[in-house]
Amino acid sequence: MTTTTATTTTSTAVDMSVDLAGRRLPSPMMTASGCAANGRELGRFFDVAELGAFVTKSVMADPRSGRGTPRMAETPSGMLNSIGLQGPGITSFVENDLAWLKKSGARTLVSIAGNTSGEFADVAATLRASDAFDAVVGVEVNISCPNVANRGLVFACDPLASAKVIALVREQLPRDVPIFAKLTPDVTDIVSVAQSCVKAGADGLTMINTLLGMVIDTDLLRPQVAGVTGGLSGPAVRPVAVRAVWQTRAAMLEGRLPFVPIIGVGGVRTGRDALELVAAGASAVQVGTATFNDPSAPVRVGRELAGLLQDKGFERLTDVVGIAHERVAR
Amino acid sequence: MSEATTPRTRPGSGVVQVTGELIATRRAGAYQHLTFVAPGLAELARPGQFVALAVGGPTSANLLRRCFSIHKVSPSGTYGGTVDVVVAAHGPGTQWISQLRAHDEVDIVGPLGKAFPLPKEPVPCVLVGGGYGSAPLFWLAEALRARGCHVEVVLGAATESKLFGVVEARRYADGVTVTTDDGSMGTKGWVSDVLPEVIRRTGAAVVYGCGPMGMLKSITDVATAEGAVAQVAVEESMACGVGVCMTCVMPVVDKHGVTKMVRSCVEGPVFRGDRVRWDAFSDGLCRVPDDAVGAPRTGGH
Ligand SMILES: Cc1cc2nc3c(=O)[nH]c(=O)nc-3n(C[C@H](O)[C@H](O)[C@H](O)COP(=O)(O)OP(=O)(O)OC[C@H]3O[C@@H](n4cnc5c(N)ncnc54)[C@H](O)[C@@H]3O)c2cc1C
Ligand SMILES: Cc1cc2nc3c(=O)[nH]c(=O)nc-3n(C[C@H](O)[C@H](O)[C@H](O)COP(=O)(O)O)c2cc1C
Ligand code: FES
Repeated sequence: MTTTTATTTTSTAVDMSVDLAGRRLPSPMMTASGCAANGRELGRFFDVAELGAFVTKSVMADPRSGRGTPRMAETPSGMLNSIGLQGPGITSFVENDLAWLKKSGARTLVSIAGNTSGEFADVAATLRASDAFDAVVGVEVNISCPNVANRGLVFACDPLASAKVIALVREQLPRDVPIFAKLTPDVTDIVSVAQSCVKAGADGLTMINTLLGMVIDTDLLRPQVAGVTGGLSGPAVRPVAVRAVWQTRAAMLEGRLPFVPIIGVGGVRTGRDALELVAAGASAVQVGTATFNDPSAPVRVGRELAGLLQDKGFERLTDVVGIAHERVAR
Repeated sequence: MSEATTPRTRPGSGVVQVTGELIATRRAGAYQHLTFVAPGLAELARPGQFVALAVGGPTSANLLRRCFSIHKVSPSGTYGGTVDVVVAAHGPGTQWISQLRAHDEVDIVGPLGKAFPLPKEPVPCVLVGGGYGSAPLFWLAEALRARGCHVEVVLGAATESKLFGVVEARRYADGVTVTTDDGSMGTKGWVSDVLPEVIRRTGAAVVYGCGPMGMLKSITDVATAEGAVAQVAVEESMACGVGVCMTCVMPVVDKHGVTKMVRSCVEGPVFRGDRVRWDAFSDGLCRVPDDAVGAPRTGGH
């Protein structure tokens, strides 16, 4: 397979590389879980190895059909989805999808999920045992999907439940494979959930997952998606993502939380949107819903971000991470 | 944000993303018929495939693409390759598309999905279109006749203005039958009322269908009863059109008899009618059949 050098980094003088909990990535740009399938589809639009990392759809232990349809509703500057974590199950995932990603030279951040903390651990164990495990640059633990069992009551709403999942996954993976806890903004205090995840062994944080929302079809006067409620995403939620990243970074600056990398996600459509998350404290950025509008958005946003940093005279992306905290008007 | 007018995508991937320039737009009954210059797309497309259009411009609040069957392509027109679509103005996206004017630009991704399979032998075929569902059929008729197939077309709609391409059909087919629910043109009734007779008279081996889901189900039922194979192009709600969002799934039986929730944008939109689990659709919803792979266990997931 071809692995062309990343145009993201070569076309500009700005050093876009990032250190994500010990793994050096040439670019901060990633796909967002569930918005990029498992590689092949977007591989038609760009070289998946061009990304800092390819983030796969959250995979569970067994194959899952997901929910009935309609599964989505368009909303102002966003959408609501209730896919219900459809997927092939971890065994098929490692044999087919992860093997393909490895062959394509993609650095892969594998997103895992489970109904119980034990299921998360089992999925991690199968992943570790797979032949393609060396393509894995990290594991994203999706403790925040609103479309599974206790909808609305996801693991990431409860610091103790979150810590348990993270600790069990940590035990299954080698120390040099970082794990990222993916958090929901649907909580009173996201920092306390972040604290318990880091304490339990998370090497980094991904925020945010979708917000629980609902759309009613006003012709039929019934919920528009078959799953009744769903996850809200897209540019409409970006201010929430910026806020969540900001609060968590602020807690690190105040010493309430150890410094761990934050992967920002939520509503990124342009380089400028990505820069917002970076300035708030994100070291890497995922592009989700915008990919549905523009299949090459994850790499395009990276090019735009590099261009913006260059225009502003920055030499390294890392110099901009969290910079807005130093510039608050007092 | 549109950074190039040349195709963006990887060579050999079978799909292009291009900024298409609208060169013609005209009314066709209740529909708008649009022609876009879309470099690189025409050469790749086959009947049954579709395109996904971005709507509202680069900063639009409507983020999701709108999908349309390819009505026809011209690889070597005066303007370079063009692609035609027929659009029913319905919600905000299709209204925006319908109001575009010549020289406006639209981001186009295509061709997408699987095309109608063509028979290996020159067998008689019947093509059934409901409303704008007839849009992709004339091009298909041409391909079938080029293989020596006898081709008949059945067009149906609620009323005359919602028929598309009755005049065109006469040019592309060996026979045309029209039905309308209100009798304003052709036979009063549904396509399924006249279809058995057309299949019997022509000895059709394959029935191709494109239109609303209810119609596709009855086309499948009639074709199966008459001993013909149905190939239908479905229309499921799609957010991306390229296989990454999982919104467009429907229950389809594979060749081992196993029902799976498959993405209609990449594994479809054309399916063999008898493989679709029509029993799962009702009231505008589609539930996951209990025997589908990975179906929710009782009491939820
Ligand atoms: C393969 C395929 C071929 C199609 N061919 C044609 C065609 O030739 N001519 C035509 O007029 N229409 C066609 N449609 C239907 C067309 O895509 C929808 O009517 C259109 O997307 C609705 O957009 P809207 O902005 O008007 O409505 P909205 O309801 O505002 O759309 C919101 C979202 O839901 C999706 N959506 C809503 N209704 C449908 C639907 N019926 N099918 C698929 N997605 C939907 C939209 O794409 C969008 O992402 C086709 C659909 C598919 C899947
Ligand atoms: C259709 C869809 C499916 C998603 N599936 C997953 C998933 O499987 N796992 C996950 O962690 N997040 C999932 N997400 C959430 C995204 O990864 C992301 O956190 C969220 O959409 C916010 O980013 P965005 O606004 O850029 O889309 C999904 C989002 C969408 C729209
Ligand atoms: S429309 Fe997105 S997967 Fe089919």
